[in-house]
Amino acid sequence: MATHAVVVDLPRLIERHEPKLLTEWLRLMEAAGILQSGRLGRAEVEQQSRRFVEALRKAVAGGNLSDIRAGSFGPIRELVEEIAEERAKQGFSASEAATFVLSLKEPLFNLIGAEFGGDPKQAMAHVWTLNLLLDKLGLHAMEAYQRGREEVIRRQQEEISELSTPVVQLWDGVLALPLIGTLDSARTQVVMENLLQRIVDTGAEVAIIDITGVPTVDTLVAQHLLKTIAAARLMGADCLISGIRPQIAQTIVHLGVELNVVSKATMADAFALALQRTGSIVVPKAAAKQA
Amino acid sequence: MERIPILKMGESLLVTIQVDMHDRLAMALQDDLTAHIVKHRSKGVLIDISALEIVDSFIGRMLDNIATMSRILDAETVVVGMRPAVAITLVELGLSLKGVRTALNVERGMDLIRARLNGADAGNGYHSV
Repeated sequence: MATHAVVVDLPRLIERHEPKLLTEWLRLMEAAGILQSGRLGRAEVEQQSRRFVEALRKAVAGGNLSDIRAGSFGPIRELVEEIAEERAKQGFSASEAATFVLSLKEPLFNLIGAEFGGDPKQAMAHVWTLNLLLDKLGLHAMEAYQRGREEVIRRQQEEISELSTPVVQLWDGVLALPLIGTLDSARTQVVMENLLQRIVDTGAEVAIIDITGVPTVDTLVAQHLLKTIAAARLMGADCLISGIRPQIAQTIVHLGVELNVVSKATMADAFALALQRTGSIVVPKAAAKQA
Repeated sequence: MERIPILKMGESLLVTIQVDMHDRLAMALQDDLTAHIVKHRSKGVLIDISALEIVDSFIGRMLDNIATMSRILDAETVVVGMRPAVAITLVELGLSLKGVRTALNVERGMDLIRARLNGADAGNGYHSV
């Protein structure tokens, strides 16, 4: 009987008091300091709140209040996801994202209190139903928020790996690959693919792998380096390693790693050797004139 | 039976692999190539694999074997035109074809062979052992 009453009354109740509910909600959110961070505009919050209350009314009108996966809750679920994911991208915390949904409880319960003041039993039933419903929507917001965050992290990871593996052309037939950061299997794959593709594109004969930016070289990193070098050799390009810091040279020897490849201390030395191999030399202008 | 053509160009042989290699075809190539090297007394073998999209460990080892056999018959093998994906696969399989010379394309490969025929090393740092 209580459920029947809820179904009949709630949509009508929300519809009748929609403007009041909205004003009250906005006032409470503002009092809680939602606008203080400056990341959200008043108009934006107002618009989101209006859409939410409207979607809630329509969803409640569908009848089934216990299952938010029901079809009538489709629009409000999407709205909650949209708002939570946006909050995640704007850098809000998870509780701030969920609070948006949960904060509707207070004005809504106040409204029910005012309407059913004379009938505590029915008021209680309404409050309980709505409480459960908003909790579920709040959790849904949390999940969407988390997905939004994961999306942000994934994109950043991609960007980092793209940024940190540039292949630059130093000279006709000479490529340089300045490695920054630790080489793990996933990055080695990206580095290798980039390098090999550039070898095909530019027809390079020599590639200089500069490891100045690699913090440590252990056996695994060395193995990854050797794989890259072997793959480049199969494509007909010769690899030189440069930028080996003194500590790294010591580590390599202590670990007993065999880097059977031409290595130079600095990129400048490697470049000079690369030029020599490709049949060019660099001489001072004066010397060139005399010659 | 399908066979891979072997073209004679002066003192060297040119093999262009245009179809997907299967094991029997690879064995036939080994036979034909060694026979040709002996018959023409070739000094260089150029294998163009730019059309090869898929390699497995067998084909990888076959390339290595061909190089070794040619060397015994006093001809140098240069493998040219390997695709990036193929190179990565071979390395992941642990086959880095240490005894095989490589070049980016046929032109570069011919330069390598010509340099050897002229008795001068191309000077790119590869010395087949």
